[in-house]
Order: sequence, then C-alpha cells, then structure tokens
Amino acid sequence: MTIEAKYGVPTVAVHTDKFDRVVRSVADVSGMPGLRQVFVPQPIMGKTAVELRAYVDGTDPISGRPVMQEVIDGLTRPFDGPDAGAREFDRSTPRLVEPDTEDNLRRLFLDNHWTDGLPIVLPTEERVAAMLAGSHRKPDEIVGRMRSTHFREYWEYTVEKVAVNAVMAGARPEYFRVILALAATGVTARGSSSSAVATMAVVNGPIRREIAMNAGTGAMGPYNHANATIGRAYGLLSQNLQGGSVPGISYMGNQGNSYAYNSVTFAENEERSPWEPFHVQHGLRPDASAVSVFTGCRSTAFTLGLREKHWREHVRNLLRGMDPHGPPTLLLDPIAARQFVDRGGFAKKEALIDWLHDTARLPASEYWDYQLVQNYIYPRATFGEEPWASNLRAAPDELIPMFRREDIHVVVVGGETNGYWRIMGCTYQNTVSVDEWR
Amino acid sequence: MTDKLTVFNPVGFPPKVVPKPLAPRLPSLQGKTLYLVDCRFDDSDIFLRQMQAWFADHMPSVRTVVKPISSVYLKDDPATWEEIKANGHAAVVGVGH
Repeated sequence: MTIEAKYGVPTVAVHTDKFDRVVRSVADVSGMPGLRQVFVPQPIMGKTAVELRAYVDGTDPISGRPVMQEVIDGLTRPFDGPDAGAREFDRSTPRLVEPDTEDNLRRLFLDNHWTDGLPIVLPTEERVAAMLAGSHRKPDEIVGRMRSTHFREYWEYTVEKVAVNAVMAGARPEYFRVILALAATGVTARGSSSSAVATMAVVNGPIRREIAMNAGTGAMGPYNHANATIGRAYGLLSQNLQGGSVPGISYMGNQGNSYAYNSVTFAENEERSPWEPFHVQHGLRPDASAVSVFTGCRSTAFTLGLREKHWREHVRNLLRGMDPHGPPTLLLDPIAARQFVDRGGFAKKEALIDWLHDTARLPASEYWDYQLVQNYIYPRATFGEEPWASNLRAAPDELIPMFRREDIHVVVVGGETNGYWRIMGCTYQNTVSVDEWR
Repeated sequence: MTDKLTVFNPVGFPPKVVPKPLAPRLPSLQGKTLYLVDCRFDDSDIFLRQMQAWFADHMPSVRTVVKPISSVYLKDDPATWEEIKANGHAAVVGVGH
C-alpha cells in the first residue's frame, strides 16, 4: 500500500486465497478499497518451483481468471466504477446498544463477535457504573490504542469502554485497576497472526493479595475468580477495543489457541521465589503493583524437577524443542526454582538466564533453516542487525544461540504440590503500573 | 411483555478513514521495468522467480527485477521503494499470506 499511495508506483499485491477477506478489509479501512489484489492457492511455503510455476500459470481461485491476466490487468486497467476512489463510510461507535430483551441482546453480542463464545454478563448501566467505581480515573479518559496486527490501524478506547468489557468478562470492580493496566499496555491479547498466538499476563506486587489472585496451586487455572476474569477481560477488551477479532477477517490463527480464553493470567509467587520478583527486574519497587504482558504464547515444554546427573542435558533438550522464534520464559514452581539454585548455583535469576542463553544452541545450518527464522530473523540478519548478522557468518556446524539473551525470562508460579515446571515460548512486551490505575 | 434492557456497546473508537490515492495505471507493460518485490515470507522468492520466468516466456519485452525487501516485512523499507520509484514503472508485491 505504501509503494502505491506514497510513491505513486502502480502496484499489484499477490496473496494466498485464504487471506481474501482479510486483505480486502485492510485495504478498505486503509482508504484504498480499489487496491489491486491477486490471489494464488494456499500454501506457498514448502512448494517446489514447479508447483509454484503451476500457481503462476493457473487461475486466481477468488476471481476464477488467469493469475497473470489479473496481474497485467491490475497494472494497466484504468480505475473506474467502484475502483475509482475510497469510499467514506460511517465508523462511529454508539455508546449504547438499542434496548432489547436479555435473550436478544445475548444473541446480538454473539452474532456481532463481541464475545469469546462463552456466556457474558450484559454490561448494563448499573454494572458499568459499579465497575467504574473501581478506579479514580474518569470514564471519558483515553486509556490507549490497540490493533490486531501491524497492518491494521489503531483503535482508541476510554476508561468506560474498558469497564464495559470488564463487566462482560464477569470481573469485580476491585479488579478493574489491573484490567485498566492491561488495556494501557496497548498490547493486544487478540493478535490475528496465522500462528494462533495467545498472550500471558503476570501480576506482581501487593495487588495480588488485595484482590485474592492465585500464585500457588492451580494459579494458571482454573478456579481462581480474579485470575480467570481478569484474563478473560483482557481478551474481550482486546477484541472489541481494537475493532474486532473475527475469523477470516481480523483473526487468522490457523488452529486457534485455548490459552486465549483467559490469556494465561496469574500472579507470580513472590513469597516462595528464591529470586527478586519479575516487576522489580523491570524497574519497579517491590511494594509497587504491576502487570507484565508476553505475546506469542503457542508452545510449551515441561518436565519434573532437575535430576542430579543429567539436568543440564534435560533442560537443553527442552530448549531445543522450542521454535527459535518463540523465546523461552521459564515458569517455575518454587520447588523447581530452588532446584535451579541448588543444582546450578544460580543465586540470581540473571545467572540462570545467562546459562540458559549459553545452553540453548543449534548448529547454524539447522537454525537458519527454521521457517520462522527465515521469515522473521534472516531478513533482519541480512539487514545487519545484531546478534543475528554475526551469527549468519557462523560455519554450518558451529553451535549458535537459539535466542537473544534479553528475550529469555523466568517467572516463579505454583503451589509446590510437586516440582513440575514448564517453558512457555513467548515474547516479553512490557510492564505497566497497576497503581496508576487505582 | 418482556422487559427491555439498556446496555453499553463494547466496541472501541476507530480512526477516520482517509482516502489514499491509487497510482495511475500504465497503458501497457511493453518495454517497461517491473519490480517483483519479495516480501521474504514463506518462500515468496521461489514464487516470484516463477513469475519472472513467466514474463520471460510470454512477455519478453518486460524487464523484470526480483527485489527482496531490505529486512522483515513488518518494517517500512523506504530505500527499496525509492529504488523502484526511480528505476521501475510498476511493481508486484508478494506473497502476502
């Protein structure tokens, strides 16, 4: 779109057919509904040159016309009719929904893709007012902006809009400050990536006790009301405040992700951790309350404890099981955390992270051959970005780090019913103060 | 008669749609330079090489240049866009999935 609109070069964009509706939707809201788009079958990935030549020689599965005829027409056919220019259309958002019966409103919310598919609490004026009382912030105050993907525009939202979604999730007013902080991150919990991502939210500080969040047995779900509804509110506010998360249009996660139902939301078990809390690592005082968000949650690996003889190899095997594009965040039950201290001598989290960084290595040829490395890291390496540019110079058999050191994290959570622990493949985004939203 | 409820709309506020201009189309591609812009995603380079071969077979007067973007597709790439503006007449960008 940039090359067409900003540089004035006639352009055709080629996409795979599964993305028909989403790319037309993006062109519409970008003010370029006439953008010339051509489609070929999905997938491109893994196809041979011969197979892809057949795509080129074949027909556009959306238009039914020859692909190359579509390309040539797209570059040479003058604009007329509906192509002639961008349409203006109403994009206002009314404050209220037309009054209706409870059953009809529930159906409306479901039909409009305003829910996650589970029953919701209808956001009546009374309930929203009660939720708003959970923070000193004014209802019309702007909280932030959010979008489902890099290519879409940011939508904006107020304290009142966040409260509406918090009510829908079944949250209590005392949780609202945490939910506002999550909204203030500007990080969506409803990314549209075809990789079917979810988000993780870790709460630290006194707020955990004040609202009875769970950091112990069962912290990652189910059963704790605060953990469950705060996480669900994060998902609902993301999909609604960013302007939608509709499969095929603004959500393309190929398999979906059940983590997304409550965005893996829990409190860190600071009291039983041998290390400083996560929010303190990121510049906040121990007595401050904060929430930290991680994106790209897809893969997990797990094991039980650390065996005396081969714990290093076992951890290395887990790390090697991750995709290099999803850096590891270790979610350690306190028993496992103390084992890392006892077995490895990692008195500080930083020492453990250093060791993980050094341990997680692959032969360069294997590393660079990962599809997601090819898609997202190799281009940056060739652009000169470190450390990847240096790693690109490694010999094929040379062991190179799978992850950047700064992308590896450790959080302590669990109730010590055993020493199970897991690695979540995800990317830390930011930490936001909860206290500012009280 | 069932009571009606008044409830809030949960949707955020969209930005205004600002129409953007589309470039005038070419009278034809004959004798023109066409950039095939590789967005470096999911083997798009192999696909665009096949499109380049198609032009060589069917429209040899069209000069094609396969041009990979400088970095990852999430980043704007003004250097590449400037090059295409200066040296090309049209572009095909692919493959978005």
